[in-house]
Amino acid sequence: MMTQRRKLLKILAGGLTAIVGGGVLARTAAAVVGDKEKTSQKRKRYGMVIDTLRCVGCKSCVLACKAENKTPPGVYYTVVVDQVLSHRPSDKPTFMTKPCFHCENPQCTSACPVSATYKRQSDGIVVVDYDRCIGCRYCVTACPYGARWFDFGEQYPSVTKNTPYAKLPSPEYKQYRDRIQGASPIGNVRKCTLCLHLQDENGAYNKASGRWPACAKTCTGHAIHFGDFNDPDSETSILIRERQYMRLKEELGTEPSVYYLI
Amino acid sequence: MSKDGLPQAEVSMRTMKSIFWVVGFVLLAGGVYGWIMRLAFGHIDANYGSVVTWGLWVAAYIYFIGLSAGAFLISSLVYVFNVKRFEQVGRLSVLTALITLILALLSIWADLGHEWRAWHVMVYPNFSSLMAWMIYLYSGYMVLLFSEFWLLFRRDFVVGAGLNGWRGRLNGILALGSKDLSQAAVKRDEKLVKILATVGVPLAICFHGGVGALFGVVAARPHWHSGLFPILFLLSALVGGGALLVVISDIFQKGWKVTNDVIITIGKLVLGLLLLDVIFQVSEFLVAYRGGIPSHIAGLDLVVKGHYWWVFWIWQNLIGTVIPVIILVLPTRKDHRWVSVAAFLIAAGLFGLRLNIVIPGLAVEEVEGLSRAIASNRVNLVYFPSMIEWLVTAGIVGLGMLMFGFGELFLPEIHKPIHKEGADVPK
Repeated sequence: MMTQRRKLLKILAGGLTAIVGGGVLARTAAAVVGDKEKTSQKRKRYGMVIDTLRCVGCKSCVLACKAENKTPPGVYYTVVVDQVLSHRPSDKPTFMTKPCFHCENPQCTSACPVSATYKRQSDGIVVVDYDRCIGCRYCVTACPYGARWFDFGEQYPSVTKNTPYAKLPSPEYKQYRDRIQGASPIGNVRKCTLCLHLQDENGAYNKASGRWPACAKTCTGHAIHFGDFNDPDSETSILIRERQYMRLKEELGTEPSVYYLI
Repeated sequence: MSKDGLPQAEVSMRTMKSIFWVVGFVLLAGGVYGWIMRLAFGHIDANYGSVVTWGLWVAAYIYFIGLSAGAFLISSLVYVFNVKRFEQVGRLSVLTALITLILALLSIWADLGHEWRAWHVMVYPNFSSLMAWMIYLYSGYMVLLFSEFWLLFRRDFVVGAGLNGWRGRLNGILALGSKDLSQAAVKRDEKLVKILATVGVPLAICFHGGVGALFGVVAARPHWHSGLFPILFLLSALVGGGALLVVISDIFQKGWKVTNDVIITIGKLVLGLLLLDVIFQVSEFLVAYRGGIPSHIAGLDLVVKGHYWWVFWIWQNLIGTVIPVIILVLPTRKDHRWVSVAAFLIAAGLFGLRLNIVIPGLAVEEVEGLSRAIASNRVNLVYFPSMIEWLVTAGIVGLGMLMFGFGELFLPEIHKPIHKEGADVPK
């Protein structure tokens, strides 16, 4: 009786080990293959390094973004916040330009009930699928950085007067949508796309030919640096290696891809 | 209608009911205008923005959905736990749960940026989102609630199908082809109701706890980010659902003449739940203020001393808590009229609580200076609903009133449990 039971237990234990061990092995193998695939695709991680010491608060980035993306009133993909810090010896204000941070662990994307907003595998840009978004604005509440904007359908006077400027559709996502009442992106949540419509077919930007995010391109003080953090030789990677930086609300574990030099 | 009440009371009851109908129609008429504007021009006339991005409609949604979950859980006392003393209001609380659920869904539908894409939530669910979970759970709850409602009234619909005129026709349609009047069929209905109601209890707890969790998981908003939230939502749902049920039991059809004892009992239940709810809220305040982390207390500061301090102190606490507690503690607790007044105040006060959940959580700048950085009314930190927002919500309330009114006229004597002989339609 006892020996039989022991035998049975042994068989069971052996079987269990085999199953668990096999599972682990299979997983490791999959992980190795997965890693290889990733490196062969050269996944990019676009982001920004913003030099707070160089920012003069001119807000050119805000205007450049508006001109590039043709955003309506009340929708600002980047803003410049300024503050007079009371404990400083002078009343010189501090400035900070604040686009979307394209976080490594975005809280907005996991909030979306319909997966309309997601982080792109290829380059880490957080985008919105205007045709899927239902406009519930849960992502707006979930973003810790105020980087998301709801398009209420407001128009600038130039648009209502039908000036030539108004006839240009927004190049966002290379979709060139006309602004029509009730049609996307009106009624959608909108956000900074790192001007991804300026990427070439391989997903690369080119600073020399002007295919570069509008805010970084226009920055008068050269405070906004843009680049690929997965490329160790990019301007941005070098800057965060060599300078002191901070990211906002690190305690939330969002891992922003926008670094502030201090 | 019976003539056993005092003639004077009877007359005042009739006047009250005509007022009820008039108010319902007026609110609905305003709502129709609001809805036309909302559907034609989208959200342009709404006053929320990209900072306070949820407003009156979301508050109305969590208010109504809470009433629905609460009323449903109270009906489960009858259909799951067999508490005989609540039997008279069993069907009424299921009706209440059904109507308030419809109002809740209308409120949140108005809030969607693309209202005609609401079906996306069923086809493209993202189950890492609490909202997707909530939608699936309350869809299940809705199917369950409609089924339970139909089973509870099936026999009456079959009986009513024999009537003349529109009543007979409507009853015939609602009977869905069923013709069985046998005692065995009624027994089967009861059995199915028991199964549905039993499944419904965990479902209602999950979906309304899920509504609380939808807010609770948002780490970006410290005012919401608390483990107490799902529990608080459930508690205030029970308080609100019970309170609304008291008010409706008091006036629906024969009203207090039949349900007097139940009203007094639910009054006690609501008092207990309300006090429990207060303890939870006090705990939330004390922990946050003693901890003293600025972001945690920013929202609470807005609640107690912000622009809308009176919503908290006067609406929510004085009208919605202190006065009703006094009424429910003093000997007035034995008078159905006073209990109903207290319950009405509780249900009204709860709307203040809902507003104080949604708006202060959002009205705090996530990055300091954000609201000053640009000139747009969409980054205002002080939110007051626009005319269209009020009208749409008023229309939803009016629709709810008319649905109850129609239910009173059309449905059979609702206080009679289904197994009792002679549960007939009103003449």
